[in-house]
Amino acid sequence: MTAAVALSLQGLHKAFDGNPILRGVDLELLAGERCALIGPNGAGKSSLFHLVSGRYRADAGRVTLHGVDITRQSPQQINRLGLARSFQITSLFPRLSAFENVRCALLWTLGYRYAFWRRIGRSHEASTRALAVLQQVGLAARADVAAGELSYAEQRALELAVTIAADASVILLDEPTAGMSRAESAAMVALIREVTVGKTLLMVEHDMQVVFDLADRIAVMDNGRVIACDTAPRIRANEDVQALYLDRRRHG
Amino acid sequence: MKRLLLPWLGFALVLLAAPLVFPQSAALSLLSQMGTMVLLCLSYNMLLGEGGMLSFGHAVYSGLGAFGAIHLMNRMAEGALAFPMTLVPLAGGLTGALCGVLLGYLTTRRAGTTFAMITLGLVELVSACVLMFPEVFGGEGGISGNRVIGEPVLGISYGPQIQVYYLIAGWLLVCAIAIWALRATPLGRILNAVRDNPERAAFIGYDPQRVRYLALILSAFFAGVSGGLSAINFEIVSAEYVGALRSGAILLFTFIGGSAYFYGPIVGGVVGVLFSSWLSAYTQAWQFYLGAFFILIVMTAPGGLASLIDQGWRILRSGAFDTRMAVRAIAWLAAALPVLAGLVLATEMAYQASLGSLAEAPLRWWGWTVDVHAPLPWMTALLLMSGGVAALWCWRGQGGRS
Repeated sequence: MTAAVALSLQGLHKAFDGNPILRGVDLELLAGERCALIGPNGAGKSSLFHLVSGRYRADAGRVTLHGVDITRQSPQQINRLGLARSFQITSLFPRLSAFENVRCALLWTLGYRYAFWRRIGRSHEASTRALAVLQQVGLAARADVAAGELSYAEQRALELAVTIAADASVILLDEPTAGMSRAESAAMVALIREVTVGKTLLMVEHDMQVVFDLADRIAVMDNGRVIACDTAPRIRANEDVQALYLDRRRHG
Repeated sequence: MKRLLLPWLGFALVLLAAPLVFPQSAALSLLSQMGTMVLLCLSYNMLLGEGGMLSFGHAVYSGLGAFGAIHLMNRMAEGALAFPMTLVPLAGGLTGALCGVLLGYLTTRRAGTTFAMITLGLVELVSACVLMFPEVFGGEGGISGNRVIGEPVLGISYGPQIQVYYLIAGWLLVCAIAIWALRATPLGRILNAVRDNPERAAFIGYDPQRVRYLALILSAFFAGVSGGLSAINFEIVSAEYVGALRSGAILLFTFIGGSAYFYGPIVGGVVGVLFSSWLSAYTQAWQFYLGAFFILIVMTAPGGLASLIDQGWRILRSGAFDTRMAVRAIAWLAAALPVLAGLVLATEMAYQASLGSLAEAPLRWWGWTVDVHAPLPWMTALLLMSGGVAALWCWRGQGGRS
C-alpha cells in the first residue's frame, strides 16, 4: 500500500509523578484505515489518547497529523487540524439539546468561530448538517431533548455524533461500546462503520467481537508500549500477544 | 416571529407606561434605579446564567464605567468636549469593556471556584485603587457632575427626572434586546457549551478561555452602560460603586430573579431595588428581610422567582388552574401572612430595642405605638408566627403545592 500516513506517533513518553505510563510508543496509521487499540488495563491506552488529542503533553517523542507536528498543540488547535475524539465517560453539553450539541460541534469548521454579530439560526448549513448527523446516528426524533436527559445508549450515540459532526479526517474513539448490551453494541459497530467511511479511525476497545468486526489492524499495548500492530489473523498468531494474554489468564 | 415580538412589545409598553402609573417623584427615582439595576443584572447573567461564571466582582465594570461617564460629563461641562448626553452611557459601556479587556484577561483564565476567588480578589484590588488615586476617583467623597449641560436639544435637557427615566428605559430596552440576541449567536451558544463542559468545548475546536474572555468583555460593556446611566441619574459616582457590597447585591438579585431564565434578572433587579431602595425608606431592618427572602427563595425555589412565574404560567396555560388550586393558593397565603406579620413585628421590635438606650423607645407604625419592652407585643408576634407555621404544616399535610 502506498496510502499517506494520517497519524504518526514516534517514541512517545509520558510519566506522572515519576511513574512512566508511556515508554516509547510508536504507531503509524494510514489514511482511511481502522485501527483498534487493545491491551490490559493500565497499559496506557487512554493516556495515549489524551496525549494524541492534546489533553496531556508528551515528555518526549513526536505526534504528527497529516505530516504536521501537533506534539505541543492545544486540544482546540489539534481539533481544528482535523482530529476529533470521543470520551470513554460520556462528555456532552448536558443542558443543551441534542441538536445544539451537534450544531456546536460544527460551528468552528463552518467558519463561525467566535462570531457574536451573526444569528446562528440564519445558518441553514449548520442546521441541515446537524440534523443530518442526528439522523445518521438515529437521534433525529430526540433532537430537542436536553443531552443530559437522554438515555445512556442515546448519549453514547450523541457522543459519536458530536465527534464526527465536523467531518474530521482522523477520529479517535475511546471505548465506544462500553457498558452496552450485545444488541446495542452490534448496532454501535454498524454505526461506527457507516460514519467513518473514508476516515482514519483509532479506537480503544475491550470487546474483541467489536475489534474483529471493525478493525483493519489491531495494535496491542502493554506496559506503556505498542508490542504489536498487525492484521487480526497475524495478531492472533503473534507469540508476544499470546504470551501477554495467556500470562494474564494464568495470573488472573 | 409573533411569539418573539410580543414579549418585547410588552416590555417596551411597561417601560413606557410605568411613569404614567407611578408619576410621583419618589416613584420615578425608584423606577430609574430599577432600570439601571435590571440592566446590570442582565449583564451579570451573561456570565452567571449563560457562562456558568460566578463572579463576585461585577460591580467593578459598572463602577468603572460610571467613573468614565462622570469624567466625560465633567469635560463636557467644562466645554472641553462636545458630546451628546444621550450617548454618555455608551462611553460608560466602552470604559467598562476596556476594563473587561484588561482585567478579564486575568480573571477568565480559570473557571469555576478559581474564577470566583479571582474576582473576589479583583474587587478588593480595584476598591483599594479607587481610594489610592483620589485625583481620578475622588476618594471617599467620589466625583460629582452635572447632567444638565448647554441648551436643551429638542426640549430635552435631562434636568427633569422623567427625561432621565426615559433615557434609562431606552438604553435598557436596546441593551436587553442586544443581550437577548447575543444568546442566539455562535459565541452565545458556545458560551453555553463552555458552561456545560469546557473540556469538550476544546475538543470541538474552541478555546474555553477565549470564549469566557469574550463573554466577559461583552458583559462588562453592558455593565458599563448601566454604570453610565447611574452616573447620569445620581450625578455622583463614589468608591462604593466598585465595591464588594454592590457586587454582592448584583449576585443576590440575579439569583433571586433566577439565572436560568432570560427574564430572571429583570424580575430580580426590580425586586432587589424594591428591597434596597423602597423598603429601606421604611425600615432599617431591610437587609434582614432581603437576606431572609434570599434564603427562602434559594431553599424553596432554587430556580428563582422566574421559575415560579414559569410554573404558574404553565399551569395557567394548560388549563389545570381550577377552583381547588385557587383555594389552596389562598389558604397558603392565609397561613403565610401571619408568619410574615409575626416575623416583621418581632424584627422591628428587636431593632427598636437595640436602639433604645433612651428610657422609652416605643416603635411607631402608622400612628400605632408599640412598647417594645412590654411582653404583650412579643407574645403576639410569637403567637402569629407559631399559628402561621402550624397552619402551613397543615397545608402541606393536605397535599403541598400540587
